[in-house]
Amino acid sequence: MSTKEANSPIPAPGAAMTHYVSDAPFDPHSIEKLTPAQEKVYLASQWKLMWWKFKQHKIALVSAIFLILLYGSILISELLSPYNLHTRHVNFVFTPPQSVHLFHEGSFKGPFVYGLNYKLNMENLKREYSENKKEVLPIRFFCSGEPYKFWGVIKADFHFVCPPRGGQMFLLGTDRLGRDMLSRIIAGARISLTIGLIGITVSFVLGIVIGGLAGYYGGIFDLVTQRIIEVLQSLPSIPLWLALAAIMPVTWSPLVIYFGITLILAMLDWTGLARAVRSKLLSLREEDYVLAAQLMGAKTWRIISRHMVPGFLSHLIASATISIPTMVLGETALSFLGLGLRPPITSWGVLLAEAQNINVVALYPWLMLPVVPVILVILAFNFMGDGMRDAADPYK
Amino acid sequence: MLAYILRRIVIMIPTLLIASALIFAIIELPPGDYLESYIAELKAQGESVDQAQIEFLRQEYGFDKPVLERYFSWLWGFTQGDFGYSFEYQLPVSDVVGDRLWLTVLVSFTTIIFTWVIAFPIGIYSATHQYSWSDYGLTFLGLLGLAIPNFLLALVLTYLAKIWFGTSIGHLMDPKYLTEPMSWDKFKSILEHLWIPVIVIGTSGTAGMIRRLRANLLDELQKQYVITAKAKGLKPFKALVKYPLRMSLNFFISDVGSILPAIISGAEIVAVVLSLETTGPLLIAALQSQDMYLAGSFLMFLASLTVVGVLISDIALAMLDPRIRLSGGATR
Repeated sequence: MSTKEANSPIPAPGAAMTHYVSDAPFDPHSIEKLTPAQEKVYLASQWKLMWWKFKQHKIALVSAIFLILLYGSILISELLSPYNLHTRHVNFVFTPPQSVHLFHEGSFKGPFVYGLNYKLNMENLKREYSENKKEVLPIRFFCSGEPYKFWGVIKADFHFVCPPRGGQMFLLGTDRLGRDMLSRIIAGARISLTIGLIGITVSFVLGIVIGGLAGYYGGIFDLVTQRIIEVLQSLPSIPLWLALAAIMPVTWSPLVIYFGITLILAMLDWTGLARAVRSKLLSLREEDYVLAAQLMGAKTWRIISRHMVPGFLSHLIASATISIPTMVLGETALSFLGLGLRPPITSWGVLLAEAQNINVVALYPWLMLPVVPVILVILAFNFMGDGMRDAADPYK
Repeated sequence: MLAYILRRIVIMIPTLLIASALIFAIIELPPGDYLESYIAELKAQGESVDQAQIEFLRQEYGFDKPVLERYFSWLWGFTQGDFGYSFEYQLPVSDVVGDRLWLTVLVSFTTIIFTWVIAFPIGIYSATHQYSWSDYGLTFLGLLGLAIPNFLLALVLTYLAKIWFGTSIGHLMDPKYLTEPMSWDKFKSILEHLWIPVIVIGTSGTAGMIRRLRANLLDELQKQYVITAKAKGLKPFKALVKYPLRMSLNFFISDVGSILPAIISGAEIVAVVLSLETTGPLLIAALQSQDMYLAGSFLMFLASLTVVGVLISDIALAMLDPRIRLSGGATR
């Protein structure tokens, strides 16, 4: 027998099997051992798993980035807009959007706009603007322009983009008072975007507290809240908004009205969340760990907030995200009916309220442009909400 | 089952009572009343206001009585089939609403059918082709309808209809038919105008329906019995339609509750923009001019419809799906 045969575990053909012990080191956990990649997944926290799952939904990810940028922009609205919110250009009423050019008569000039010629058509009294091809007005960047008060406090005059010296630049046209639409849309974002966020916070808190108590205590408290929710949901929302908005006195300052409108929108939105919280709690309170907590003498509020809510918080956040667009649209609808925000507060709804007759559609279609950010924001919130809902249960 | 239905009907009574109190509070809350705005209007027109006449009106309409008494007499009227009196139109509420009700039902009913016709195939297609580009594209289209503010879409479509087809702007028919009785020409004119509100209102509803149908169908399609059916060689179409689709349609039935009032009220804002002869603008105008019995009774009518609708859908669901628990469990 050669040494080679002696070490091999396989016996020679016809020979009996010899006693064999592998000399490799013995590790009893070798089967259960995870690769580093697997280990990372198993040790990851729930929020980390959700983030990984969310990243897979590409459109949701893009939407989230878009929304973050947009919300970032409302911090520096004044810097982004070329003009002030209320600056009137009396010689440029209803100017159509100007286009940005790069080349003038074949030579590169950098971004510039042409000057405007104005003529009143005496036959139909239409204002007609045409480009003055001789006047090249280069756009200025990182420049000092119209002075403004940053967030109404700090005086400054720095803009990222300024109109050319001695000329005008209305990239999205002007409205009936000659105010620059681009600047107004940028400024309107501050109101329109926050109204949804504040509103959803209020309705979120209301929904969790009321739905939580109803779901945990059950019984008579549950019955009463259920009836109230049923009633609130059975009334059409627009008449309710109307009636509530009509309560607010005209003498209130626009800022107070802004918070009032937010509250109204939230008051009618919490019912859906409260229902979701209640039905989740109804099923969760049967769980053993809740019983254990009760036996150990935990207080009701601690059981709800510490043991039960975290179990479905991610679902709640996802469904809250999906209901933010309703608030943005609700604001435009209320402002459209003249019951929402009022000038001088500028939101996208207020801007759209100016586009509410058929003449605008026919003659000054650029007044409808504030609808573009509205659509984009609503789409983004919906896609992000979809992604969050898919990611909400990462163990699935 | 019978006990369940009876219990539900008994529960309806407190719900409706809360609703009536809430509605009455809402229409009472704004400062002033209809008479005050009426007097202001008369003064603005330069007409003299006779103090005795105002007092007479005030008593006639019961504005001098305390709030609670008015609330209960209003509530009592319902049991007698008396819905109050519209100050603005100087007619009983039922007469004012009655004329507009049928056109509203026509618009809303067409809209619901339109929504279903659009949402149904898209929802099924999206669910069976999950995460494909066509799924994303169709979902996007549905969301787009949701995202465009209705009033703006209504304006643009009216304008385009005027340019392309020469349809007259606004209203549900050509203005010359407004006062005429029903005729073939009037009917044709209504059809010509109907599609704009139907598309505008319909597009905002399809996204939600597509999403829910897709989600429900996806849940069903992952279940064991579908895999079994496919493994046994059932044709894909039948394996989709025979059970999973039927199971995922439960939400259509639970929608009945919200559809009933929607049929009656229509979409208010679109109706205001297009000045449709539906009940929506009537309700909004009544709320704005504090024509309180018109607004209040109409809201109450809508609330009752919802409650009845929810009841119907719950009973239908309980009969269709025996797994649904009849009693909400207060188990402690």
